[in-house]
Amino acid sequence: MAPRHLWQYGSFMASISPVRHAFAHAPWSRAAWRDTVFAVSGVPLQFAGWTILGLPWTLWTPVNVTPILFLTGCTIVLALLVMVPLTSAQRERFWAMLGLDVPPLPGLEGRRWWNTPRDLRVPGLWRVLRYHLLIGPMLAFGGLLTCATWAAGVLLAGIGTYAWALPDTSVFSLSTHAIRIGLLTALGVLLLLAAPWVAAATRNLDARAALALLGPDRAEELERRVEDLAEKRASVVDAADLERRRIERDLHDGAQQRLVSMAMNLGLARETLTGVPDEAMRVIVEAHEEAKEALTELRNLVRGLHPAVLEDRGLDAALSGVAARVPVPVRLSVRVEPRASSTVEAVAYFVVSETLTNIVKHARATAVDVEVARTGDVLGLKVVDDGVGGADPAGGTGLLGLARRVRSVDGTFRIASPAGGPTTVTVELPCAL
Amino acid sequence: MRIVIAEDSVLLRAGLIKLLETSGFEVAAAVGDADALLAAVREHRPDAAIVDVRMPPGFTDEGVRAALVMRRESPEVAVLLLSQYVEERYAADLLSTNTSGVGYLLKDRVADVAAFLDALRRVAAGGTALDPEVVSQLLLRRNRGPLDRLTPREREVLGLMAEGRSNAGIAAALVVSESAVAKHINSIFAKLDLPHAEGDHRRVLAVLHFLGGDT
Repeated sequence: MAPRHLWQYGSFMASISPVRHAFAHAPWSRAAWRDTVFAVSGVPLQFAGWTILGLPWTLWTPVNVTPILFLTGCTIVLALLVMVPLTSAQRERFWAMLGLDVPPLPGLEGRRWWNTPRDLRVPGLWRVLRYHLLIGPMLAFGGLLTCATWAAGVLLAGIGTYAWALPDTSVFSLSTHAIRIGLLTALGVLLLLAAPWVAAATRNLDARAALALLGPDRAEELERRVEDLAEKRASVVDAADLERRRIERDLHDGAQQRLVSMAMNLGLARETLTGVPDEAMRVIVEAHEEAKEALTELRNLVRGLHPAVLEDRGLDAALSGVAARVPVPVRLSVRVEPRASSTVEAVAYFVVSETLTNIVKHARATAVDVEVARTGDVLGLKVVDDGVGGADPAGGTGLLGLARRVRSVDGTFRIASPAGGPTTVTVELPCAL
Repeated sequence: MRIVIAEDSVLLRAGLIKLLETSGFEVAAAVGDADALLAAVREHRPDAAIVDVRMPPGFTDEGVRAALVMRRESPEVAVLLLSQYVEERYAADLLSTNTSGVGYLLKDRVADVAAFLDALRRVAAGGTALDPEVVSQLLLRRNRGPLDRLTPREREVLGLMAEGRSNAGIAAALVVSESAVAKHINSIFAKLDLPHAEGDHRRVLAVLHFLGGDT
């Protein structure tokens, strides 16, 4: 059964018509029995808290102050001790009977009894106590009421049969008390119809109370979730970065070496073969040139993935290599001290090299200014070109991909590119992920 | 001429050995990492070493580091670094020590067999061979001030000089006469305030010193 949450109950209720709603809670329905069993099963657990706490006092009722204080202390320790097993028992009950997953309260779950004093610092402990000692007993009365309603309903609805079975001479015969018996039977039927609703109400209140008091607080839960997601995203970003490095390494060790070797062999053949027919020589020459072009293309591709020099000497060295490959004059200023994390460096490298590629492709610029500077925990990048402007992030996938990669490390990406230029790309990357 | 090869790709190592041996070089040793390279150089005292930049264990710049150690330990052994990518920063490291007998080329250049062997001979003879890509990176990084005074043609000549080419080589590349090249070079030296030097090689050193120097 998939875990369900309270809001799903709400929408479930709202989505069906009143008639079907009534049928859903008919005394013979599966829901009625489920709710009844659930409500009744709660009774022992919900009384357990007070029963256990009251036990020492019934066994020994002291009259002096010191023993009373001692026993009070014992009771408090006992209360803390039973909270953990009681809570897990309740969670089990919700899961087994309703398929409702009450999230565990972090810090309370999996505790051993010797950890108990530390439980006082668990922020939700007082909510848990409230459930077991205050709300729980009230809900137990709901369970008892469910029981009582069913019992009274069955008894009263069956009263006619009972009266019918009695001899006519008895005081309580069908003939003498027909109206009374009719009314009582009707009341019994009404109680039978009402019993599932009592059970459902108890179940509903219990589920709400358990989610609110036994599970983590909503705000805390969201906070935890944000932390969790941030952590997960960071690991995804790191994994993607690692993967790029792996691909770069694989290409470097595999395809590139093979291509170099092939180009070298073709070069050797071209230089040393004599007496080859012109036709054959032309094929060799073509193959040689193509192998060299493939090498250049592969080199440019692979260096864009993750240059080894970035890892080794940092952004300044890697970017000066990029700037030098661009046919437009680039003024480069890099001041990153101390170095940022390798993931942030990789993003910064990617942003600058992609932006420069874009400029070469579209901007028709005659000069580019690249500034990379770390101020505190922020790595700022600024790329300004004197090209034609009009770059639109919505227009192509290039800028979008850039913005996306920047956002993947919680950075900000801004581009100002009025028609006629100049275009300014400003990126800020937090160095501490 | 005796050569030591350090290249971790078995395929390429075999290819280089074949290439060198067919071209009349003697391969004294061929190894797969930096430590083995330093040991082989100490043992065989070759004329030159061909060194891959990226080698085990770290696969980053082991070759550059090993080359710097070799420059210090055995300056008479020429070093030709090969790399899948040329990085201006590595070049600056290499040129900061001693620019004679140093080469730094893209691995792709081995495909142009004649040019590659020419570069190897030049380096082994105490000259320099820098990849055009390195040179363009050096020209970019260099403080623009003095370079802006050069004409486009003079910048071309400066680039070719920085690659380690002789006057004749430059003249052939630009399809001009050697005397025209000499005139350009004089003008470059005047504009960059470089000390006047005679002979191909010393001029190259002056240019590299100028490009590799700080600011």
